Amino acid sequence: MLDAILSGLGGLGAGAQYLLAQGGPNVIMLAVAGVMFYLAIAKDVEPLLLLPIAFGCVLANLPLSELMGEGGVLRTLYNFGIGNELFPLLIFVGIGSMTDFTPLLANPRLLLFGAAGQLGIFFTLILALALGFSKEEAVSVAMIGACDGPTVIYVSNLFADLQKIPTAMVGALAVAAYSYMALVPILQPPIMRLLTTEKERSVKMPSPKGKVSRTALVVFPLLVTAVTGLIAPQGLPLMGMIMLGNFMKVSGVVTRLTKASENEIANISTLFLGLAIGGTMNGHEFLKWHTLLVFGLGLVAIIVDTAGGILLGKVWYWLSGGKVNPLLGAAGISAYPMAARLVQTEGQRWNKHNFLLMHAMAANTGGQVGSVMAAAIMLSVLKGLGIL
Amino acid sequence: MSTTTFGLTLLIVGMGGTLVTLAVIAGCLRLLTKLFPAENSDSDRSGGPGHA
Repeated sequence: MLDAILSGLGGLGAGAQYLLAQGGPNVIMLAVAGVMFYLAIAKDVEPLLLLPIAFGCVLANLPLSELMGEGGVLRTLYNFGIGNELFPLLIFVGIGSMTDFTPLLANPRLLLFGAAGQLGIFFTLILALALGFSKEEAVSVAMIGACDGPTVIYVSNLFADLQKIPTAMVGALAVAAYSYMALVPILQPPIMRLLTTEKERSVKMPSPKGKVSRTALVVFPLLVTAVTGLIAPQGLPLMGMIMLGNFMKVSGVVTRLTKASENEIANISTLFLGLAIGGTMNGHEFLKWHTLLVFGLGLVAIIVDTAGGILLGKVWYWLSGGKVNPLLGAAGISAYPMAARLVQTEGQRWNKHNFLLMHAMAANTGGQVGSVMAAAIMLSVLKGLGIL
Repeated sequence: MSTTTFGLTLLIVGMGGTLVTLAVIAGCLRLLTKLFPAENSDSDRSGGPGHA
């Protein structure tokens, strides 16, 4: 009888005993989760993602709960929506239905900023390979330069599924991607000022004149989907979903589906994705030197993305005889609409009469298309090389 | 395949492919807006300020 009572009591407090005995890494990750809570709640830094990720991290690092074990709720969520790439793709439908491509269609040349804004992906890939990451790890880390959480999760999970990268790395990449996206207002302005002169920053651009027909808006997502499917079919799930969302929006005939995509579907997917990603952040697997390098490389990717866009802007400024403001290049990343608003703010700092917002929105939506296209092309090339 | 070859292949084909593909799409979009010009009707939208 006494033995039974003592055995039963032994089951209580097992988690605390584990933490005291060998849970150092778990305690560190609990502190990391605390930092994420602070950023999300007190500083409003990407709360929709960081809060569930942080909570998932807490659940994964309170030991012996089996939440990430077979049949555990976090494992179930992971298998249900990340292992098969479902959640990132559903979020993309929501993103597509929330994006207005009208400014881009009014000035399609600005799509080129969306291409230049992906330079960080390829630069970081080379750097990661030089630092000793495997090919698959380097590609996954480089995707932080896409500045797009679902894209990063989608690509890295393809490799995690093939066991070419550790599952814990997916969590690190997602946290890095979302954190740096939120830090764009801090990271970009110094680079914008470093790479441009005051004269260039002050270039006043005329208000965009072009109107866009509803037919063009409706054909646009179909066109982009078809081009992606023909040139880079491995990326069609990504591009197809974002264009589906946009197609539903511009068709104007499925308002209920559009609203559901923007709200219920996107919100549920975001919650479950965040929890499941947080669940991969167990301290014993997450806290490795590789993880720190991932964060460092992610920072490099965003910086080079911004620099790439601005450098194209400078070339365009020179070729146009000073008519194009190079600051627009900074909007060629996928952080929509934050990057566009930042270009507007920065442009007005140097010329109060300058309204760059609609041009920047065109470049920013171009960045969204560009980031997904870069991922699509990368995946297709990897398929061609036999790596996927 | 060496990592150098891998990296350079992805840089050239990846970045180059992205630039070319987006340039092609930009060209198609110009054609699209010429084929289906806006006619100042309520259903047409402005790419400039004042657009809701």
